[in-house]
Parts: sequence; structure tokens; C-alpha cells
Amino acid sequence: MSKLKLIIKREFLAKVKNKSFIVMTVLSPLLMVGLMMLIIFLNEKNSEEIRTIAFVDESTLLSSAFTESESIKYIDLTALGLAEAKLKTESFYDGLVYIPKSTSIDDLSKGIEFYSTDAPSINILNSVENNLEKKIRDLKIEQLQIDINKVKAAETKVDISSENYSGEKSSKIGSVLRMIAGGGFGYLIFMFIIIYGTSVMRSVIEEKTSRIIEIIISSVKPFQLMLGKIIGNALAGILQFIIWAISIGLILTIITYVFGIEAANSGSAIGQMNPEMVQQVHNSATSDLQLILQEIKNLPILTMFFSFIFYFLGGYLIYSSIYAAIGAAVDSETDTQQFMMPVLMPLIIAIYVGFSVIENPHGPIALAFSLFPLTSPIVMLMRIPFGVPWWQIAISMFLLIVTFIGIVWFAAKIYRVGILMYGKKPSYKELYKWLKY
Amino acid sequence: MENVLTVDNVCKNYGNFTALNNVSLSVPKGSIFGLLGPNGAGKTSLIRIINQITLPDSGRILLDGENLQPYHIQNIGYLPEERGLYKSMKVGEQALYLAQLKGMSYSEAKKKLKYWFEKFEITDWWNKKIQELSKGMAQKVQFIVTVMHSPKLLIFDEPFSGFDPVNANLIKDEILQLRDEGATIIFSTHRMESVEEMCDYIALIDKSNKILDGKLNDIKQQFKTNQYEVGLTCMDKVALLTEINSNFTTESKKAVSFNEDLRLMVSLNKEETSKDLIQFLNKKAQITHFTEVIPSANDIFLKAVSNN
Repeated sequence: MSKLKLIIKREFLAKVKNKSFIVMTVLSPLLMVGLMMLIIFLNEKNSEEIRTIAFVDESTLLSSAFTESESIKYIDLTALGLAEAKLKTESFYDGLVYIPKSTSIDDLSKGIEFYSTDAPSINILNSVENNLEKKIRDLKIEQLQIDINKVKAAETKVDISSENYSGEKSSKIGSVLRMIAGGGFGYLIFMFIIIYGTSVMRSVIEEKTSRIIEIIISSVKPFQLMLGKIIGNALAGILQFIIWAISIGLILTIITYVFGIEAANSGSAIGQMNPEMVQQVHNSATSDLQLILQEIKNLPILTMFFSFIFYFLGGYLIYSSIYAAIGAAVDSETDTQQFMMPVLMPLIIAIYVGFSVIENPHGPIALAFSLFPLTSPIVMLMRIPFGVPWWQIAISMFLLIVTFIGIVWFAAKIYRVGILMYGKKPSYKELYKWLKY
Repeated sequence: MENVLTVDNVCKNYGNFTALNNVSLSVPKGSIFGLLGPNGAGKTSLIRIINQITLPDSGRILLDGENLQPYHIQNIGYLPEERGLYKSMKVGEQALYLAQLKGMSYSEAKKKLKYWFEKFEITDWWNKKIQELSKGMAQKVQFIVTVMHSPKLLIFDEPFSGFDPVNANLIKDEILQLRDEGATIIFSTHRMESVEEMCDYIALIDKSNKILDGKLNDIKQQFKTNQYEVGLTCMDKVALLTEINSNFTTESKKAVSFNEDLRLMVSLNKEETSKDLIQFLNKKAQITHFTEVIPSANDIFLKAVSNN
């Protein structure tokens, strides 16, 4: 037991003292925060820019249609006529709306055109179209002699609040939250397995090529060495994740505190909607926040937490022992390709399936892949926030444990023989033979 | 004599390939035991089984009369033919780690390492990384790692490869000293001159079978061919040679001294003795040289392997 501890300690220190580990650990949070800042900054810049759209209204009915918003200004160039307005817009403004002459209100919507140097952004087109649609509708209502106030009174906004049979409320926001939580956890496991599995494999190859392996295994059992390596690397990985989480949190807090960027950002997002919507959002802002908090409370947090730990350990142990076996079977990293594909396949499939799972968390595909042990650590975790019957979790966990034992046994056999084999790259047939040594 | 290690009918197969076929050996306490054999004969397989790296398919290994147990690894020191250490780890750190894996405590390991590093005058390497050392320097560290836990059985696989003559001599003296301090040494090598020089006992493995083992001197007796090398001075070389040839089978050798006219290798029948030969020659000529031909380890190796 104490030998296992020694190995874990050495593997952990070897990993942690490595320069690339230190650089990755320190730089990654800075890079990530930097990237986030850049995106926010560009977004800000983008929305700060005010677009000026000119219009020529030959029908004279729609000039009052254009209401300015924070990012779009309208200018009336009807007096100049279309040809001159075009010239002027081309050099001074961002676009020109042309409304041709028409005799009736019904024909108003026909023949409206938009001129601009580049293809217009969807935001601008939406805003122009919304403004025109609303005005024409109002005009039509007036023409039909309907009381506008009555129409307004008839408008209703429906917010369905759904609830499951045990009385837990669910809503759209809740679903989004679940998608984020499930997807995030699944992706985290995926990344961890690939990064630290490869690191286990490299460490095995290093021992093999430096030929120290024979000395080590004349002191400890190969299985102990493999296990120590896997655990040591996992601890280094967990340390890295903790450092990342803390430092990203810290940097973000400092930045929002100093620059107040978050508030500005949410403000500009609202600014892009039209005034009516802004009103709605403002009205519901407080209740939305409450709803989100409520939804977070509604998530099966305890189940999520424990299943994250379980699937994280299970998935990592299965895959890293396969990685260790691959490392033992080859002489150099370039030889690993042949064996990497079958390992990466289920992981990649799991991520792809995962994205469809968060849209339909209880379908047959979701069920199948969350039970299949090579994909369950990712897929099941993505499903759990949506509520999974306990028996499915139980079967999935059982299968994972059985597979884990099987794969570790299998990997240990290949590892034990492989670390002492040098020379040509083994074929799958030879690997099978090794199992019987 | 008491045996430190007994290998009893050990078999090992890899798939259809037989690496060891019913091999039995006894290594007496305090001896230097040469484990010889051509490449691929099964020496490394046997050494790995003794080190509990692999298990035999059948047969058993006794260390000091006990069946091999996991705790026995602290009584064995092993220097594999393929050497290596963690390249990016510091020398001292690495040696401490390996010592602790062998079951030494941290403080004990530190004390022992200090002794050895001082002995080899390499204390200033402690904080260097292996990749900064030359091959020979790394070999020295590796030697220390092998012997630092004072094991009663030491197994060296080609211990002198990679050393220059000065350092090879240093290592040789260390090995002899370890033997004098009570360790038993198993020595696997292809270098027959070091076998000749150091080994008390040998075993020869070829094609998975042990074909020969015992005291080196006894084996030499056994391989003796009743041949004698003689040097003669006489008046008529040609007449003498014909006369000797009519009585014995001979083979001429190059004369090695000035006052010698004839140097011959004479093979005797089983019934004839050296006495007969001397008496015969004494009558004919003056004998300047007379030795019994004792086969070298190299001759024995070649002969045994080709006979097999």
C-alpha cells in the first residue's frame, strides 16, 4: 500500500513540476478570461455603433413608421428623390429603404426595397421590417374602422408554466439551464478523459523508452505501477481544474467589480430589442431572476453532484487504463494512432449523441447511450439534470462498474506483457495472444 | 554448501514459444555465479522470473530455502541489461524513490545513498537531471541504485557494458567487494574473459535448456581433452616430427621461443597419461615446454553450444 502511495506521489509530482503543466495551469485561465473579454468588448463595440438608415417614402404614408432605437437611426430623404438619395446614402449612410408610390394601403407592402453597400445585417432588416409591418397593420386597422384600443386589449401574451406530476415546476429557462448543466458536465468529463488519458499514455511510453520500467517492476507489481500512474495523473488533473475554476472566478469577479462590464453588456442586449419588448423584459426581469434561482433549486443538484463524481471516476478509470495499455503496447507515440481511433470513437459519439440528448433527454437513443458503459459517463450526465428514473441510473452504474473491472483486468494484462516488449508494433492479434501469457 | 537460490524445474512458455524448459540451478552462498548462453537462450526470462517480474508456468524458486514471496524483492538487487532512469528526474530524488520502492525508509535510504555517492565521488550530481549526465555517469548511478539496499542476492546483466576500462575496473572491484561482504552474485554476460576472471560457478543455457552447470574448475576438468602443448629442442626436426606422429596425433603450433625447434599440440588416448608422453619425448629430445591444455570458458561455451 505504501508503495502505491510512493508511486502516486512521484507521478503527481512529475506531472505537476512539468513546465508545460505549470504554463497551462497559469495561462489557461488568463487566456480564457482574455477571450471572454475580447468577445464582450467586440460585442460592445458592435452595438455601440449607431447605424443610420435613410428612407425615401414616395407613398407618404409610412414616414412616421420608423421609430429610432439605440442602435439604428432613421433619416428622411424623400425630398431628394430616389436617384439622388441613393448617391447620398452610398457615401454617408448605412442603407436606404425605398417605398414606391402606391394607391392603396393593400399595395403598400409591395415593392419596398433596401439598398446598401454590403449585405445588410439581420438586425437592421428585422428592425425595418418590424417597423413597416406595424405601421401598415395600424393603417389597415384604421381603414377597416376597428378601434385600435380594442385590438390592443385583445392582445394576450401566453406564458405556459409546465409542471410534472410530482409538482415540480419546469419552464423554458429551466430547460436551458438543464442543457447548460448537463452539456457542461459531459463536456468536462470528455476533455478530462482525453487530456489526462493521453498524459497517462505518455508517461507509460516514457518509462518504456527510457527503459527504467524493468527496474521499477522488479520492485513493484505492474498493476500497482499502472494504478499509481492513473491516480497520480488524475490528482494532478483535479488540482489543475480546481486552480482553473478558482482563478477564472477570481479574475472575473475582479474584472466585473472594476469595470462593471456585465451590467453594460446586459443593457446593450436589451437595447437591440424594440421598445415594446424592452418594456416586457423590464417588467419580467425581476421575476425571471427569481425563476432562474427557483429553477436552479429545482435541479436534482445532489444527484447531479454524486453522479458527476461517480461517472467522472468511472469514465476516467476505464479510459485511462485503456490508454495505459496502449502506451505499453507501443514503443513511441507515433505508433499509437492505430489504437487511438477505437478509443476516441465512443467518446466522440458520446458527445454528438449528447447534443441530441439534451434536446430529447428521454428518447430511445438517449436511453441506449446512457446505459452503454463506454458512453454513459458523458451521455448519462447530460441526461441527469432532466430527471432520470433511478432504475436507469442504477443499471447504467452497474454496467459501468462491471465494464470497469473487465477493462482494468484486460488493460493490466496487456500492460504487464507490453512494457517488456520492444521492437515491432504489435497487431491486434498479438495483443490477444498477450492476454493468455 | 548452503544455496542462496534454488531454481527447481522451472518452465516458461510464451504462447507456442518455450523460453525455459525444466531448468534447475543452485547458486551457492557467497559465490559469483555466471549465467551464460547465446542471445535468446532464455537467460533474461529466467532472471525476470527470479525477480518476480513474471511468474513461471511450473516449477519453483527458493530464496534461502523459502518459496519466493513478494517481500523477497528487498533481498534482491537487479541491474537489467537494458538500463534506464527517469530522464527528467533529479539523480538524488530518483535514487531515493527507487530505494523506497525497494522497501527502505527515507532516512535509511538517504544515509546509504550518501555513503555510495561519496564512495564514487559523485555527490555533486545529486541535483542534476539524468539527461544532463553522460551514459557512463548514468550507469554509475544505476549501479548504486542496484546495490544500495544491500541485497543478499545481486543479479547483474552485462554489468560492464557502457563503461570505459577504468570504470569497468572500478565496478569489478565493487562487485568483488560486495561478494566478500557476503552477497551472492549472479552474473549474466557474453564477455568470457570476465567469466574466467570472476566466476566460481557457471551455468550454460541454450535453446531454453540448461546444458551445463557446476563449479567452473570442475567443468574445465570435464571438458579436458587430454591434450598437451609441448616445446622441444632437437637436432633433426623432420625426423623427430615423423617419429612423434607415428605414435601420437599432433598438431603443429608456432614456436614461441628462440631456442625451441618444435611446438606441438599432442592429443592422447584415454589410456595414455602425461607420464607416457613425457617419457617418450624425453628420450628423443629436450623438453622446453610442457602444459596440459585446459579449455577456456570461451572454448567450453562454443563447444557446448555447438554440441547442443
